[in-house]
Amino acid sequence: MRDAPLRVGVTAIAAAIFCALSTLAFAFSFPPLTGRVIDQANVMTAQSRANVEAKLKDLEDKSSIQLVVATVKSLQGGDIETFANELFRFWKLGEAKKNNGVLFLVAPAEHKVRIEVGYGLEGTLTDALSSVIIQSAVLPRFKANDYSGGIERGVDGIISVLSGDTADWQRKVAVRQDDTGSIFNLLLPILLFCVFVFVFRYMVSPGNGSSSGRYVKRNGRTVFIPFPGGSWGGGSGSSGWGGGSSGGGFDGGFSGGGGSSGGGGASGGW
Amino acid sequence: MRATVMRVRAALAIMVIGLTLSACGYNTIPTLQEQAKARWSDVQNQYQRRADLIPNLVATVQGYAAQEKTVLTAVVEARAKATQVKVSVDDLTDPAKLKAFQDAQNQLSGALGRLLAVTENYPDLKSNANFLALQSQLEGTENRIAVARRDYIEAVRVYNTSLRTFPTVIWAKFFFTDAKPMAEFTANEGAEKPPVVKF
Repeated sequence: MRDAPLRVGVTAIAAAIFCALSTLAFAFSFPPLTGRVIDQANVMTAQSRANVEAKLKDLEDKSSIQLVVATVKSLQGGDIETFANELFRFWKLGEAKKNNGVLFLVAPAEHKVRIEVGYGLEGTLTDALSSVIIQSAVLPRFKANDYSGGIERGVDGIISVLSGDTADWQRKVAVRQDDTGSIFNLLLPILLFCVFVFVFRYMVSPGNGSSSGRYVKRNGRTVFIPFPGGSWGGGSGSSGWGGGSSGGGFDGGFSGGGGSSGGGGASGGW
Repeated sequence: MRATVMRVRAALAIMVIGLTLSACGYNTIPTLQEQAKARWSDVQNQYQRRADLIPNLVATVQGYAAQEKTVLTAVVEARAKATQVKVSVDDLTDPAKLKAFQDAQNQLSGALGRLLAVTENYPDLKSNANFLALQSQLEGTENRIAVARRDYIEAVRVYNTSLRTFPTVIWAKFFFTDAKPMAEFTANEGAEKPPVVKF
C-alpha cells in the first residue's frame, strides 16, 4: 500500500529530471551577448563602436526595440541566414511578448551581411527596406573595406526606419506598457500552494471535515470533493509562468528579453 | 483514528497523482502535439505568402519580358496547383498528404527559379524598383519558409520522440492512444531550395 505512491513519486522525479535535460542544442557556437555591439571579428574602430553603442542604447530607451550589432569571425560553415536566425534566437533579442529585436550581423571573412528582424518588427522593417539599407548604405562602404562606416550607416538606416514608424515614440517612454499579468504570474504559484495546503489541512484534520462542506458523507463513505484546479495547481503553474519576460535588461548586465525571429530581413554580400 | 489514517492516505494519493500528472507527464503530449501543429500552420502560412507574391511578380515581369510566355505560364500553373494542395493539421500523420503538398511546392519553386533566371536577360527589368522590392520580398519569404520548415521538423521530432520515450510513452500508451507520430518532410533540403539568383 505504501509502495505504490512511492513508486509513482520516483517516476515523477525521474520525469522532472528528464525534462530538465532535454534542452535545445545548437549546432553553432555563439559568442555571449555582453553588450549591444559584439565585435568578435574586430573590424570596428573603438570610436565607432562607442558611437553605435550610444545610438543603440538611445533606440532601446526610447522605443524598447533591441537592436544588436554583431561581427563574427566565421559563419562556421553555415549560410548567413541560418546563422543569423539561430544567433538571434540564442540571444533572444527583443521582448518576449513583442519580439521587437533586430540583429545586424556582419561576417567579414565570408563577405556576408544580414539584417535579421524579429517577428514583431517584420511589418516595419520589411524585407524590402532591409534590402535597400544593405544595398545602398552598407555594401558600398564594405566594398571599400570601411567596416566602421558601413555599420554606422546601416545602423542609422535601421533606426530611421524603425523610428519613422513609431511617430509618437517620444511619448511611448512614459506610457510604456509593461505586462500587467506579471504580478499575477508571480503570485499564482504561491496562491496555488496556499490552496493546496488549505485543502490538505482540511482533509487531515479530524472531525470538522464534513462541516466544512468539503466532505460529503454518503452511505457511510466519505466522498472528497476537490477544489477545481486545486490539486492540479503544480501542473498549470509550472507551465504557466515558465518563460519569464524580462525587459531589455536595463539594470546591470545587458541581455536579451526573450524575443524570437522567423527569418525576416534581408542579406547581402560583397 | 482509522478515519484520520484514511484521510492522510487520500491526501497523499491526490498529492502524488497531482504531482505525477503535472511533472512532465500528462500535459506533455498534448502540448507538444499542439506546438507541432502550430509550426505546421507557420509553414503553410509562409508558403501561402510566397503564393501571394507571385501574381505581382508575374505581372511585373510580363511588362518587360512578355515573350517569355512559357516560363510565365509555367509559374502561373504551378502556383495554381500549389495553392490547391492544403494539409490540415489533423492530416499531418499522413506522410502521403505531406508529400503531395511538398511536391506541389517544389514544382512551384522550380518554375519560380526558371523565371528568375530568365529575368537575368532583361537589364531594364532588373533595375525596376518594383521588381527589386518583389525580389527581396521573395528572397525573404524563401528564408522564412526555410525557418518555418526547420521549426516544424524540430517540433515534430520532439513530439514523435515523446511518443516513444520514457516517461511520456506511459501517457501515450494509456491516455493518448490516438496520438500518432507526425510525418516529416521527405525530400532533401536541396531540392526545395530554389536556385540562388544574384544581381
